[in-house]
Amino acid sequence: MFAEYTASELTSIFAMQGFAGLILFSVFVLMALGLAIIFGQMGVINMAHGEFMILGAYITYLTSNVFSEYAQPLFGGYFFVAMLLAFIATFALGALVEWAMIRHLYKRPLDTLLATWGLSLILQQLYRTVFGPREVGVTLPDWLMGSYPLSDMIEIPINGIFVMCITLVISVGVYLWMYRSRWGGQVRAVVQNREMAGAVGINTEKVDRITFALGCGIAGVAGSAFTMVGSTGPTSGQLYIVDTFLVVVFGGASSLLGTIASAFTISQAQSTMEFFLSGSMAKVLTLLVVVGILMLRPQGLFALKIRH
Amino acid sequence: MSYGLRSFLPKNDMINILLLAVLIMVIFPLSMDIFRLNLVGKYLSYAFVALGLALCWGYGGILSLGQGVFFGLGGYCMAMFLKLEASSPENTAIQSTPGIPDFMDWNQLTALPWFWEPFHSLGFTMIAIIAVPVIFAFIVSVAMFKRRVGGVYFAIITQAIAAILTILIIGQQGYTGGVNGITDLRTLNGWDIRTDEAKYVLYFLCCTLLIGSVLLAQFVRKSKLGRLLVAMRDKEDRVRFSGYDVSNFKIFIFCLAAALSALGGAMFTLQVGFMSPSFVGIVPSIEMVIFCAVGGRLSLLGAVYGTLLVNWTKTVFSESFPELWLFGLGALFIGVVLAFPNGLAGVYSTYIEPRLSKWFKDLRSMRPPMASSTADTRS
Amino acid sequence: MTATTMGKDFVLSVEGLTVSFDGFKAVNDLSFYVDENEIRVIIGPNGAGKTTVLDLICGRTRATDGSIKFRGKELTKMKEHQIVHAGVGRKFQTPSIYEDLTVFENLEISFPRGRNVFGALMFKRDQEVIDKVHEIAELIFLKDDLNKQAALLSHGQKQWLEIGMLLIQDPELLMLDEPVAGMSVAERKQTAELLNKITKNRSVIVIEHDMQFVADIANRVTVLHQGKVLSEGSMDKVQNDPKVKEVYLGH
Repeated sequence: MFAEYTASELTSIFAMQGFAGLILFSVFVLMALGLAIIFGQMGVINMAHGEFMILGAYITYLTSNVFSEYAQPLFGGYFFVAMLLAFIATFALGALVEWAMIRHLYKRPLDTLLATWGLSLILQQLYRTVFGPREVGVTLPDWLMGSYPLSDMIEIPINGIFVMCITLVISVGVYLWMYRSRWGGQVRAVVQNREMAGAVGINTEKVDRITFALGCGIAGVAGSAFTMVGSTGPTSGQLYIVDTFLVVVFGGASSLLGTIASAFTISQAQSTMEFFLSGSMAKVLTLLVVVGILMLRPQGLFALKIRH
Repeated sequence: MSYGLRSFLPKNDMINILLLAVLIMVIFPLSMDIFRLNLVGKYLSYAFVALGLALCWGYGGILSLGQGVFFGLGGYCMAMFLKLEASSPENTAIQSTPGIPDFMDWNQLTALPWFWEPFHSLGFTMIAIIAVPVIFAFIVSVAMFKRRVGGVYFAIITQAIAAILTILIIGQQGYTGGVNGITDLRTLNGWDIRTDEAKYVLYFLCCTLLIGSVLLAQFVRKSKLGRLLVAMRDKEDRVRFSGYDVSNFKIFIFCLAAALSALGGAMFTLQVGFMSPSFVGIVPSIEMVIFCAVGGRLSLLGAVYGTLLVNWTKTVFSESFPELWLFGLGALFIGVVLAFPNGLAGVYSTYIEPRLSKWFKDLRSMRPPMASSTADTRS
Repeated sequence: MTATTMGKDFVLSVEGLTVSFDGFKAVNDLSFYVDENEIRVIIGPNGAGKTTVLDLICGRTRATDGSIKFRGKELTKMKEHQIVHAGVGRKFQTPSIYEDLTVFENLEISFPRGRNVFGALMFKRDQEVIDKVHEIAELIFLKDDLNKQAALLSHGQKQWLEIGMLLIQDPELLMLDEPVAGMSVAERKQTAELLNKITKNRSVIVIEHDMQFVADIANRVTVLHQGKVLSEGSMDKVQNDPKVKEVYLGH
């Protein structure tokens, strides 16, 4: 299999594939972070998570169009505005959905799954009606174009580096929020014992709403970042939803570190195999291995042994 | 024996099953042309899946988002047999390798893959239609249920399996026909399945099998196993500590649901004339759940009516306002979960049935002699 | 003490039992023995590991170390349903019954026949089953509620129903986790009567907080503290043990 390549060629193949894997990793992490909060902390399955992400992507697309139309000189910075708008929009929609739908279903997790699937269908069709069935892409500002040569055979695209930086910032932010802030402490308190948390004066309804909305908001930012490396269509969200759920489950649903580690493992495995096998077979193999491991170790990679 | 029969099929249930049989086997064929009837036959083949889901999800509390996998496996087994029969060396003389299915030839295959060989035999195919999906379901469910994985985890894993199988089928087009699936099916042991006459025969076969499956499901539901499923859904540990190996019951009901789905898949292939990955993946699998949910997840007949209703609505919508259908389907998912968790069956038993029985009572009190005479003949 | 321990056949012998959850030893090197026809009550402050001990015996939690022998059979290696088949029945702390089924069906499911898949499919509600269900229902004060949906029972009735579900299995060792919790005074009295009736010809382990109730029923009392036996013996002996007083009243 490796015979026809020289050692240096192999190194650069692995480096390039590794880098492609890192971009996939970033997308997985961004999507999975929101899910890990919603599923891991609240136990809610949000099948419309991908559509929240795509909403962020479409908002970024609209913002880039508005900037290139009316504020050309500021075009280089549109992305940061877009990311903020994406967060606000998806956060608001998330809060609305929690209020209208999710809060009635906390005791019926399987029904939540079906209801949010319905929501995802509605959002998909809405995107199709508003933005058309074809995929759209954003124009990258100049400073994000081109690539950075690492050696004469290895080049690293700048937009990829940028997406990775965003991922890093958001991950650290989520970590600090969950484990270092007072608010994160309240969320974890509600997860562990709802009645008790309520009894000590935590507004559990508000905590639920904001946690769900925040997970959605992170998905929106993820969508925004996603436009830097891929194009957006009405069903793009659905493409990633199964993978992302596997990432979260594989990482051991309630552990953020586990989520990141599993996103890394899955994305690296997939992109490395993609070079040697066809894309679809690489994906089949990766998913099969993940499902196989989950069957042997259902609690995921990182899970505490708990008393039930 | 009479006690056994009555406990398995109370009078009400028997009347309801008879009504369904009359509807699909008399009223539909008399009121529709063969094109529409064939369409109903296609819907009814989904009803097998919904029936399995009613047992597995409604009663057992096990939500599988991968029923399309079993529907597809059953359908593909049937399609492989029909395809081989359609690919006789005479029919495929213009290919560079005659005697193999056309899509294999297009993908530069020069010999039939080994796993296609046994599908030359109709007997093997009939067994494989049920056995292949059931063995697969068995492996998956043993791995999951013996380790006490359930609930949303099980749903996600089954969904992942549906995704994997779809990608695999599409990716390996030389072996599977790829995204187009296995098409251009013609004869079953020399009998042309594309004629109107054949479609009538297949429709009635489908109805008969469906009523048979309903009776089988009714038997399971009314047995102690049916009550155990309800008990497990509520207090799994209590069942376990009453001396039952809970996982075995889950494995059984999941495999039974898989077998029903596979039967539906095979009937689909026969009536529609092809099988493709678009009936296997995540989207069709979860749509099949909504068929069952609309009918009422705890009602076997509800599953059949729900399937008919949702599919009929889908056809009407997609013919006139295709862009509205997804809105409608999405709203259906949300509405049925939030407002009508017991579906049509729930609506019927809370709103319609009380009125009907009141109406019957009024009718009886108006004409007492006739009412009493019918009561006599019944008892 | 050791001489008698070795000479006699105990119904249940727990030896060196240890279980740790991520380093926390909920039960630590615990040993105790239950005699034929004995009613043993386990008491102890919250978090002493009482419920965990029952979980370990019935197989719900796996021991890290040690052994649990029931009539010579090692339970730590057996699956939950096998332990039940061996003759151990367990009632949970909160009433654990099937709310969607009727009282009759609740009891019928617990009837020890047709416990595998095929057996459950072919199970027939014959006269033997009906008689047995009626007999038990009479015992647990529910004979007039057989066709009632279990969800509609009062809290105390649910507790009785679960006890009935165990009785119909006729276990040789019955384990009850707080059987009178949440019951009215009248219900407590009835339950004490019920326990005195049903404990003939079998051994019983009860976890209970209500000391009056404990004094009414116990042959011997084991006091657990931090996963270990703090004291053991008659109710009088335990109540006057300075170590017990310190744990309950100390600080």
